[in-house]
Order: sequence, then C-alpha cells, then structure tokens
Amino acid sequence: MVNKSSVSIGGGQGFYGDGLAPLADLLNVGLDYLIFEGLAELTLAILQKDRLRDESLGYTRDLPLYLANAQEVLIGRRTKVVTNAGGINPIAAGRVAVETLRSLGGNGLKVATVVGDDVLSRPDDFALEQDLLFANVYLGALPIVQALQSGADIVITGRVADASLFLAPLIYEFCWDFTDYDRLASGVVVGHLLECSGQVAGGNYSGAWWENKNPDRIGFPYCDVEPNGQAIISKPKDTGGRVTFDTVREQLLYEVHDPSSYLNPDVTCDFTSVTLEDLGEDRVLIEPSLGGPPPTTYKGLACKPNGFSCEVKLGYAWPDAEAKARIAIRYIKNRAQAIGVEVLEWWEEYFGVNGYGGPTVEIDPLYEPPEVIGRLAWRCAQPAQAQALFREVGVLGLSGPPGFASIGRARDGKPTQLLKVTQFAANRSKVDPYVKIEITEV
Amino acid sequence: MEIALRELYGVRCGDKGDISDISLFADSEKAYECLVEQVTSERVKKHFGSMVSGHVERYLAPNVLAVKFVMYGALGGGAPSSLRSDNLGKTNGASLLRMKIDVPEEILAGSKRAKAPIEEIRATSSK
Repeated sequence: MVNKSSVSIGGGQGFYGDGLAPLADLLNVGLDYLIFEGLAELTLAILQKDRLRDESLGYTRDLPLYLANAQEVLIGRRTKVVTNAGGINPIAAGRVAVETLRSLGGNGLKVATVVGDDVLSRPDDFALEQDLLFANVYLGALPIVQALQSGADIVITGRVADASLFLAPLIYEFCWDFTDYDRLASGVVVGHLLECSGQVAGGNYSGAWWENKNPDRIGFPYCDVEPNGQAIISKPKDTGGRVTFDTVREQLLYEVHDPSSYLNPDVTCDFTSVTLEDLGEDRVLIEPSLGGPPPTTYKGLACKPNGFSCEVKLGYAWPDAEAKARIAIRYIKNRAQAIGVEVLEWWEEYFGVNGYGGPTVEIDPLYEPPEVIGRLAWRCAQPAQAQALFREVGVLGLSGPPGFASIGRARDGKPTQLLKVTQFAANRSKVDPYVKIEITEV
Repeated sequence: MEIALRELYGVRCGDKGDISDISLFADSEKAYECLVEQVTSERVKKHFGSMVSGHVERYLAPNVLAVKFVMYGALGGGAPSSLRSDNLGKTNGASLLRMKIDVPEEILAGSKRAKAPIEEIRATSSK
C-alpha cells in the first residue's frame, strides 16, 4: 500500500543563514514536502551559546521567517514541512512555530516536536564527561514517520541525521519497511543530494562555475521520487545555476567517508551503487541504489569548552611584504613570553603567499607579492589572557616594520570562546526510550 | 606530460569534526585511471604536510569516476575549536588541485576543465 504514487520533496534550506529568495521559487513547484535543514556540526555550538544566554533559545532563530515565507503552501495544506530547526531546544522551537502559525492564520495545523536526541543530562549512560555544553545523538527517521502518521503538518526535530529529514516522508508516503534497505538507501541518496540546497544546483560547482546561468538567482533543488526509490532531481524553471551529472556527483560524495558504506541511523548505503543519468534541461535521473543494515549504535557529538582565541590581521605592502608580516608576527609571539601570557596554541597564515594552501604552495623565491596579510591566531585558557596579548599589537603601528595597514576589525580584540566537539557511539537502548513526539494543534 | 590536477579534474571538499574530506572527479575513464594510479593516500598526506596531523584514507567511487580522500587531524581540532581562517577546510580541495601528476597528452587535449576568463570578469567588475 502506498499513500502517494510519487512524492515531490525539496531542499528549502541548507544551513542556518541560507538564502530565502530561492525558497520562493521552490514553492511554485507545488511540493509535497519542504525540508529546512539548519544544523551543520558547527551550528549546535552556536545555538548552545544562545541557550546559555537565554534558556528559551537554542533553536535556529530564522524558523518563524521560513514558516512565514512558506505560509501560502503551509496554510493551504499543499505542502508539509520537516525541519531540524529545533537545534538543542525543539520544545521552544515548537512553541515559536505554533505562535507564528497562529499569527499567520494557520488554525488547525498540527505541529509535532521530536525530542530525545539531547543526552546532556545523562552523561553516565554514554560514558561522557560531566562538564559538557551539549551532547546529542543523530536520531533516524522513525520519530518523524510517527509524527507524520499522527497527522503532523510541520515536524520539528533537534539533531537528526540530515538525510533522515528527507527519508522519513518517503518511508511514510510509500510505506517502506524499515528492513527494505535498498529503498531506504535510495531515500538517503535523495536526502543527501537535497540537504545542502544550492550546492547540488551549481553552487560551489568546481567546473565552469562562471558559466552558471543567473548565478544571483540560483535554484534550490527538489526530487520527484517513485515508490521504488527512483528519483529525478531538478530545480524550478527559470532559476539560475544548473543541475547536471557533474553537479550531482560532486554533491553525492560531499562529506561522505567510505562511499561504499555511508552510515545513516536506519541504513548503511552503498553510494558506489548509485547510477546517475543526465536527462538534460537541469534534470538528472537517480536509479535506486543498494543498502544494508544500519550501524548498531547512534552517532553522537559531545561538546566542551576549549579555551579562548584572539587574532590579528596585519597588512603590509610591497616591497618585502612577506618579510614585514613575518617579522611583525614574530614580534607578537615574543611579546607573549615577555608579558607572561601562556599561549596553548598558535596559528600563522600569510595571505598573498600561502594563507590557505600552506605547505601545498610551492613558493617561487623570486615572487614578490604586491601585498601580504599576516594573520596570527592564538588560544589561551582564559579570555583575559587572550585579550592581554591583543593589546600588545598596537605598538606595531608606529614602531614595527614599515607600512602596517589595518585589515578590517578583528572583533576589537574581543576573545572568541572555542569549543571542542567529540564524536561518540551511543547505545540505542539508552536513547530510544527517551524519544518522544508531542503534537500541538495551532 | 606533467600537469597540475587542476587542469583535468573537478573537486569538492567537506568537513566532519577534525576530518576533511576531498573528492576528485575525472571526466573520462582514462583520466580516472591516472588518478587511481598516481594520487595515493601517501602522496596526499605528504602534499598537505603540517596541515594534516593524522592519516589519510582513500576510497574509490568508479560509478562517478571519483577518488575520495579522508584526512584525519586536518582542521586544527575541528571547526569550533580551530584557529585557522578556513576552519571548515573549504579550500583544501583547491590545495589538492595543486598536486602534479603525469598524464598522456591526449587526455589533456580533451579536458573540459578551464580557467575562469579573468580578463572578461575584470572588465565587467567595478574596480
């Protein structure tokens, strides 16, 4: 039995802070499901800083904006939304979503929140340290499927494997079995390709990116998926960018480690079994792929404070620009010792020479760059230490190598808190009993 | 003939924790074979030198003519802890494209990888 004969599903957000204009084009497609993916690994660290300041925060704060932008299809009950905007506070996100939808006239819509990914309060269950800032596991598709079965129009989760946000509606609509691994793998491929919005549609494309049509109006992607897992990926008509064999294969392997064994909470996927066929006109056919049983544990991420950093950027012009920058940075490092600041870690970069490429750049001894920006970053245990060294930089203006030019503002010397994120394997029996779905009617 | 990977291959890279992953994409079977033969995990590890403190794994995805490298200890401790400007390693793919390999001349002749037309782009920029 299937609920639908085919499902159209789109990637309306690829990260916290993504563009809203492409969403408008995507809405015109008439999607069954719209997915907002807002949680990169780094994002939980940002949201944690929010929650530390205000307990009612900790979700991606652009959620109301996304709901408002999608109100036409949401309130018209054309399209359902699944999002991990809950971040580390899905309950608060659910509340905000209900308020937003109420103010938009979405009475009767059902908002589901999924909790249980947050294991911060139970460190002993997972042999974690006590003083963590966050600890979350990547849940799978099941709670989202259950929320949809309960009639949810909008499902808000915390940490869920990104592709599972897309997989869940396919499982629900096509009644896929949780042991039908080939179908599940095909659904993960769809999710993996859509989860980074414009990055499969010409964004970050390493080929002739300058030939992208209308690069200022890149189209966000969607898939038309069949019950057997076959899909066609495309983008809205008259939008910019491109969807081709090349852009799709670049995204297929993005942030994948072993492509023959890509781990998802519900299935282990063989991405080397994926066949892509470029149909032209920004359409690529994705044949169903192969999968196997999922890993026995959930993947978790734990985060703890890791000191504070400050940085300076020192610009110098030709002649001898690199020499000037290097000597200025040497001065700052010497000052740390002179004033007794204990620096746990240094990092130097010379933009114009090899700032990004480091040792991969072969430097021609005769090359004299027109300018070099030296960047020095340092990490200390305490913010005051990091900042104390920043104060030693100013003297270079009048008493250092010739021609010191400032480069923008380096946060005025305000230290940045650093966070150490560590991966852990979470016993499923210590997670699943805590996974709960709550449904609120607007 | 000796070329930089940039002249023949596409690239995309990403991050997970302190791991940076880079995929190289060939446009023909022959170009793919050159990658498999010459761009080993040992060479990639050596290429990145002090930027990568851990080991490098290599995986093949012949279905999309790609060779994938997974570099451990490659982001200065992971994005929220890293002191690097590029704390997500978004430029690591470009850095790998600098690597030189030997390829038969006829492969290069058919390459669709090109340089951006900078003269034209410059002429239409404001500064």
